[in-house]
Order: sequence, then structure tokens, then C-alpha cells
Amino acid sequence: MQIYLPIAELPISVLMVLGLSGAVGFISGLFGVGGGFLLTPFLIFLDIPPAVAVATVAAQVAGSSMTGVLTYFRRRALDLKLGGVLVTGGIIGTVLGVLFFNTMRRLGQLELVITLSYVTLFSVIGGLMLYDALRAMLRVRAGKPARLKRKGGTHPWWMGLPLRQRFRRSGLYCSVLPIATLATIIGFIGAVLGVGGGFILVPALIYFFRIPPAVVVGTSLFQILVTMTGATILHAVTNQSVDIILASLLLVGGVIGAQFGGRAARNLNVESFRLLLALLIVSVGLRFAIELLIPPSEPFSVVLPDGAR
Amino acid sequence: MRRVLGLFLALCFVSVPAGAETLVAAMSSHQIQITSNYTGSQLTVFGMVERDGRSVSRGDPNDIVVTVRGPKRMLLVREKENLGPVWINRTQRRFPESPVFLFVASNRPVSEMMSAEMAERGRVGLGNAERTAQAWFDDASTVRFRDSLVRIMVAKGLYDYRERGVTFLSNALFSAPVDIPATAPTGTYTVDVVLYAGGVQLARQQTNFEVIKTGSEQRLASAAYDLPVLYGLATVLMALLLGWGASVVFRRD
Repeated sequence: MQIYLPIAELPISVLMVLGLSGAVGFISGLFGVGGGFLLTPFLIFLDIPPAVAVATVAAQVAGSSMTGVLTYFRRRALDLKLGGVLVTGGIIGTVLGVLFFNTMRRLGQLELVITLSYVTLFSVIGGLMLYDALRAMLRVRAGKPARLKRKGGTHPWWMGLPLRQRFRRSGLYCSVLPIATLATIIGFIGAVLGVGGGFILVPALIYFFRIPPAVVVGTSLFQILVTMTGATILHAVTNQSVDIILASLLLVGGVIGAQFGGRAARNLNVESFRLLLALLIVSVGLRFAIELLIPPSEPFSVVLPDGAR
Repeated sequence: MRRVLGLFLALCFVSVPAGAETLVAAMSSHQIQITSNYTGSQLTVFGMVERDGRSVSRGDPNDIVVTVRGPKRMLLVREKENLGPVWINRTQRRFPESPVFLFVASNRPVSEMMSAEMAERGRVGLGNAERTAQAWFDDASTVRFRDSLVRIMVAKGLYDYRERGVTFLSNALFSAPVDIPATAPTGTYTVDVVLYAGGVQLARQQTNFEVIKTGSEQRLASAAYDLPVLYGLATVLMALLLGWGASVVFRRD
């Protein structure tokens, strides 16, 4: 069954989109990430104009993180104060990101920016996660504890910057500045790439600020919810590139897939879970790197005007 | 004397072909409506060649070329070049006022109808249809970009040439199916039907049709453009409600 998308201006198979978003939703439920970083490239591959893909996935990520936020809120694993700081930074980053996105689109370098960002971001973050996961696995093999114990009383320098605040639920006493900066960067990346940024925020909060993982996931989902809501509205106002039909199809598949993914996650041991997530992120990065490095069989491309009524 | 007279008469007929043939053409429909289950459409161009009874039939057979041009936009052609190890878009060429859809059909290959030079001059065929007067002075690089534009648009299914796409149903009556892919843009399409004999244009007829969004497709698209804030808020609201709905439906307790 095909349905015509009014903004993307092409027909698409309903079952294929549901299947695709269901599969991505499963992965996102399994790993606690938004899944936008998988969905956007898939949609572009299906001939949906990149601007429409990025803007529409923002709406999808907003909807699917809503489910997670409600769950974590009920479990009281959500630090609203920390979330507020993240959101403030995230909004600034999103506005800058949408402006940058539109400038690059005018200059005709959007495709390059997206590809290069995917390559660097995914190779670096995926590589770090892979290294960490493998090291933890080896430590378990050797019969030692998986994690090095953190030393009490020591703090990295950035936590001691001015404007220190106490975040009770996260068990954190830290300057607002580094947290807001991190959120700004992630909001920027999210708006440009159409990804929620959860896969950057979660490890960053754990490694740099030593916040308990349970609170991190809930709070990061809250920040993603707010920034992606803002990004959707900004994309709709400045680009008219949000496709409401495509967004609803992606959401239906995504939320159902995420529920099954969440259930599957309970049967997976933590170390292999981290290794799988790292491999997934690295392979997405490699896929984009290959596109950049291999001489194209067709060096020419035609850019069709998008949003032409 | 007789031979001279014969030559004179023959010249008369060759030099005054206008009015000897008339062309009538019509579309099977003048509007394609995009609805939510739209997957492309097909139209047919019908036409008839009427010959003046008094004129003598020429030796050359009648040839028909149908050219359908979609809405014109600025098309950008980019070329990937290697910068060190990476391949990125370096050079780009703008082709303003290019049709986003182009379809050419003829009853036999254009190369059999006329010489390549005549086809270029008369703008006949896929590669020539959009030739401008200054195309004669284009450098090799522009030609390369223009050829790539046509090649890629053909691959996208937006440009097409059917060398036997026009069928003569009788000596005078012909028809040509035109496939409009779902990715063809909305707007007005012009249809040129031209009659040739021996490579000489004898008559031409122009008609048009339009592709428009209707019903919910049209309402959603115009809402996105005319009420962007409201549209954005509605999308977000829908997303959040679906998210909330899922958490309620799948709640374990």
C-alpha cells in the first residue's frame, strides 16, 4: 500500500516505513537511544529530500522520547533541575543549529556537512565506546571487576567552575557552565543532523559528571524531548520541511518497536549490550566514511528544488 | 520546356508546404489530481494530420514528435571531485528555467527523421529540447554538465525519450501515451506536438495539462506553507500524544 507524502512530494510504501521505523524503534528501545541517527540516513536513502528527512525525524524523536520520559518520571529517575539546565543549553544550540542548517543548505554544502559530521561523530564516539566495552569485557574475562572504582573526593576541574549548583536527584554538586555548554553542543548537532543526541549525552553525563546511569537516561530523554520539540517547530517555521504524514507513520512504527526493544533489553547482559551498541554506531560511521572515500560511479548529481509547490 | 515546367511545379509544392497539412491534437485529460494514494498517472496525446485534398502527397512519410515539458525551475548540477582522499561536491553549474519533467516521444527515432544538425536547430529530442541559442558557443565543461543533467534526470525517471512512443493508428490518426511518475512536480505542463516530413516542420500544435494536489494533500501542503507555526505545533502535539498513548497502552501495571 502506497501513500503520497504531501511535503516530501513522493509516494512511499506504508508497510516499508512501518517496518523500518519498527526496526529502528526496537534498536532505540534496546539501547535507550533516540534512533534518529539510523532513521535519517534510511529516509534519505529512500529518496526523501534530506531537509524533509531531518525535520521529520525531529518530530519522530520528540514523540518517541515522550514515552520514555513518562516511564522514567513515574520511576522518579528524572532530575528536573539538571534537565532544566540541559534544556536551556539545548534550546540555544538548537536555534544555532537550525540557522547553520539553513545557511549550509543555501551554500549547497549541506550534504557534505551531514556526511562529514556523521563520519567524525560516529567514528569517534563509536570508537571510544568500542574501546571501553572491549576493555570491560577483557577485565571480566580476567576475573577483575568490570569498572574501575572511582576515587572519592576527587573532582575534575570543570566541575569546580563558577555558578556551582546542587543537583540532588543526580547526587551532583557542579558548575552549571560545563553542563550548559555540553547541552548547547548537543542541541546544535541534533538540529543539524536530525538526531536527538542521546548517544552523546548519555555517555558524556556518565563519564564527565559521574551521574548515576538510571537518572542519566531519564534526564537525557527529557532534554531530547524538549529540544526536538523546539527543533520540529523551528524546522516547520523556517523550512516548511516537516512532513506530518511521514512523521505519524514513523511514530506508530517507532513506539511499538521501542516497546519490544525495551523488553528484549532485559534479557541482554550489560557488557555485550555495550559492545553491540558501540559496533552499531561504528558501522554507521563507516558506512558514511565509505561514501566519502570511494570514488563515485556517478560523480554528477542534480539538486531538485525542494519545497516547490 | 516540359522538363523546366515540371521542375517549376515541383518547386512550387516544396516551397509552399504551409497550409497543405493541418494538425489537430488533444489530451485525454487536462488535469492530474494528486490524492493520498497517488502513484503516478498516465495521459494520452491524440492527434490527427489532415491533408488538403488539392495538394499532392509527398514522398516523405509524416513524422510526429511529442514534447512534454513540466514546470521550470532552477536545477543545480554538481560534480564530485577528490580533495585529497575524500570525494566532495566541488564545482556546480546552475541551469535556470529548466523543466523538472521532460518527455519526448516520436514515431521513429529522430535520427531517422532528420540530420543531427536539423534536430539541434529545431530543438528536437531529449538532449536538444532545452537548447538555448547560446548553446552553440558552450565550452566543453558546460556541455559535460548539461549532458549529465539529462543523464541523471533520465535515471530519476523525470526525463524520458521513447523513440517509438507515437503510434499511427491510421495514415492520419496517431496517439502517444505519456507516463507521469509520482515524483513529477505539481504545476502546469506544456505539450508540443509537431508534424515533420523529410525533416521539415509542417505544422505544430500546443496544448497543456496541470498536476495539482487535491483534498487532504492540498490542505496539508498549504497549511505547512501558510500557517507554519500552527502546522509545527500540530505536528509536535500529534507526536507527543502518540508517545503518551504508547506509554499508556504498553504500561505493564
